[in-house]
Amino acid sequence: MHLLPIIATLRRHRTAATLIVLEIALTCAIVCNAVFIIGDRLARMERPSGIVEDELLRVEITGIGTDRTDAAAVTAQDLNALRTIPGVKSTAVANMVPFGDSSWNEFISTVPDDPSPAFTTGVYTGSQDLLETLGVQLVAGRGFTPDEYVDFAAARSRKARVASVIVTRGVAERLFPGKNPLGQTVYLTGHDPTTIVGVIERLARQYQANDPKVAAYAMVLPVTVPYTIAHNYLLRVNPTRRAEVLAAVDATLTRVDPSRIILERQTFGDIRAKFFRQDRAMAWLLVGVSLALLIITALGVIGLASFWVQQRTRQIGIRRALGATRGDILRYFQTENFLLASAGILLGMALAYAINLWLMHAYQVDRLPGTYLPAGAVLLWLLGQVAVLGPALRASLIPPAVATRTV
Amino acid sequence: MFTYYLDLARRSFRRNTALTVLMVVAIAFGVGASMTTLTVLHVLSADPIPGKSGDLYLVQLDPRTAANIIAGAEPPEQLTWFDADALLRDHRADRQAIMTGGSAAIEPDRAGLVPFFAEGRWTSAQFFAMFRVPFAAGGAWTEDDDARRARVAVISRALSEKLFGTVDVVGRAIRVEGAQLRIVGVIDAWRPTPHFYDLFVGAYDTTEQLFVPFSTSRELKLQHSGSNDCFGETPDPEALGAPCVWLQFWVELDSKAKATAYRDYLVHYSEQQKAAGRFTRPANVRLRDVRDWLDFKQVVPRDARLQTWVALGFLLVCLINTVGLLLTKFLRRSVELGVRRALGASKRSIFLQLVVEAGTIGLAGGALGLGLAWLGLWAVRQQPTSYAELAQLDLPMLAATFGLAIITSLCAGLLPAWRACQVAPAVQLKSH
Repeated sequence: MHLLPIIATLRRHRTAATLIVLEIALTCAIVCNAVFIIGDRLARMERPSGIVEDELLRVEITGIGTDRTDAAAVTAQDLNALRTIPGVKSTAVANMVPFGDSSWNEFISTVPDDPSPAFTTGVYTGSQDLLETLGVQLVAGRGFTPDEYVDFAAARSRKARVASVIVTRGVAERLFPGKNPLGQTVYLTGHDPTTIVGVIERLARQYQANDPKVAAYAMVLPVTVPYTIAHNYLLRVNPTRRAEVLAAVDATLTRVDPSRIILERQTFGDIRAKFFRQDRAMAWLLVGVSLALLIITALGVIGLASFWVQQRTRQIGIRRALGATRGDILRYFQTENFLLASAGILLGMALAYAINLWLMHAYQVDRLPGTYLPAGAVLLWLLGQVAVLGPALRASLIPPAVATRTV
Repeated sequence: MFTYYLDLARRSFRRNTALTVLMVVAIAFGVGASMTTLTVLHVLSADPIPGKSGDLYLVQLDPRTAANIIAGAEPPEQLTWFDADALLRDHRADRQAIMTGGSAAIEPDRAGLVPFFAEGRWTSAQFFAMFRVPFAAGGAWTEDDDARRARVAVISRALSEKLFGTVDVVGRAIRVEGAQLRIVGVIDAWRPTPHFYDLFVGAYDTTEQLFVPFSTSRELKLQHSGSNDCFGETPDPEALGAPCVWLQFWVELDSKAKATAYRDYLVHYSEQQKAAGRFTRPANVRLRDVRDWLDFKQVVPRDARLQTWVALGFLLVCLINTVGLLLTKFLRRSVELGVRRALGASKRSIFLQLVVEAGTIGLAGGALGLGLAWLGLWAVRQQPTSYAELAQLDLPMLAATFGLAIITSLCAGLLPAWRACQVAPAVQLKSH
């Protein structure tokens, strides 16, 4: 195949060729970045929580009236009543849930009264069965013993000491890199020193920072919190009976104490879907735009190629008459498209990189991995070849006799 | 002449229906996507209180301990109860209000209604006048009510209608967390967007349903919602002397001179507190008006901006696509144009003819794009985001859509028309 005649032809159609190259370049750049962001959002939506999501139900509840002295007793009654619902394996109070709507955080440090503690962790507390109900995985040390638990009001007024804490592996590694975290002392703002007694693999917090590591900094304190402050009951159930249990929750809680308001009854799937709805919407929008861009670009290539085939009908006829085969004509248009696509892709790569730089600066997007660029290139080459095939085949079918006719 | 050009354009379209449709649809999608996202952006970055946003200021003080000090670093965005209370009592601004978000259980008297939770705002008397809150019945409580911790409440029209079926409820009682409050006013539809006076409860949150004097809310221990940051130890983060910031304090100052004077007053107050040993850092105050505050907090969601850029990029590709196709189409008609030139048509009239053809495509695309934008906004409203229902096409955005459609069509048409009318008639006639 001789490239020179093709290039010479393209030079005569410089403006149109430039435009299609620009279109391919922009499409390449936008689609590369869009796919990257889609992947990023999907990864966010799939962030592991460390808990047995399939088995968990959450009931958000609040009392009426602010002077409820019987809150702790009612909480215990609630937990017992909920446990009797068929299908429920265990129940617990929780002050927050991963990807929920309320968030408890504390600064944590290895030195007392640290004036500039490096980071915060999510603080989970609730009732004795919390770890068991969440189904988190203990990787070192032990769980809390019943005598370690202190009451929330007593802990807050410092009448009782919170002596032990269980942290996630991420927190342990950040505080004590390369060391055994068990038995180490940590300091939480406004609390007495606390000893790490256990390490759990993972427990996501409510606050989902960009950095997935930071988003999973959490600890569990042996503090019992009444439902009037914690607001969440968690039910670990047999996954096949989730609907059935959810339906029984309201009546069960009302039997214990009718003067309360149940705000939410959710499966963990509901919580996840609600928390990441923005990410999902963005991902779908980008999928839509990317597809639309590829379609428009393909149609643009088809349109341009069709015009050029029509325009060059006589020229093609002459070439056929002079001995060019159908394959030659077909390949001519395919090569022409390959050249245009290549120029577009080359420009598109630079543009994709530039857009990514700007996104990194303005929207805290990560650096585009190198693998996206060749993938984008192959995609656009294929797109161009598929798009041009129709017009090129039509060109190859032009009979040599056309050369003898006037157009 | 114009109708003749239109007729020529029509003939040209009919020669290549599929291509014409492609060009129109491409422009329509580009315009539709851009206008959908631009409208959302326009709504999200609107002035929440037009005409007054320059006179309302949020007060920031720095009561934190001296440890780890960075000179001039941003002070906390909320105040301690102690400071907010002191500023409220000093009464140095034209109007001022202390406030926090909250929620409370309401027990209806009406048969068939079960107790429910309502979003509330615990604030002080001048809140309503300061933010120009419209009343459907009654009015605000008085500063005397604030001082006496009076058991009064202002409720929203929606809450009033839900509880009583009417807005004519001034003087009646509402049961909040077990306490009886006397209703003094019912506010009419009012939804400042963004929810500028308290961004902690959600930047695009709906307006609260229940308003209670802040002093009363403390006595009733009504729940606080939003953020509460403590910079020291405390058994109760919501106590008067607690080292915790959780209250917003807004002031109204109707001139720049007053704003300067108020800022001086805040500096003076900080120095006084430092002298008294309460503050440990040098005076570090901020007094931002509504615009500055919203800019500083970057309330417009990043995704909304990103979506706008994506849509504009999409429009650009659609535009280039159309320019490319029009250009090839026009150049292919060089012979026809050459004949017209040879028969006496001026370059100008050829140019006009082609611009009319391109413009028609652009306008058709723009009109279709408007429909798509309308559809797009409908889709946005179906999203479960807090600002979804705000995504409406208003007059300025309608005008902007037309503007964008016309600019797009001109951009799409000018270059091809200009290139095509450069044909030398003799060459075209000779070669065929």
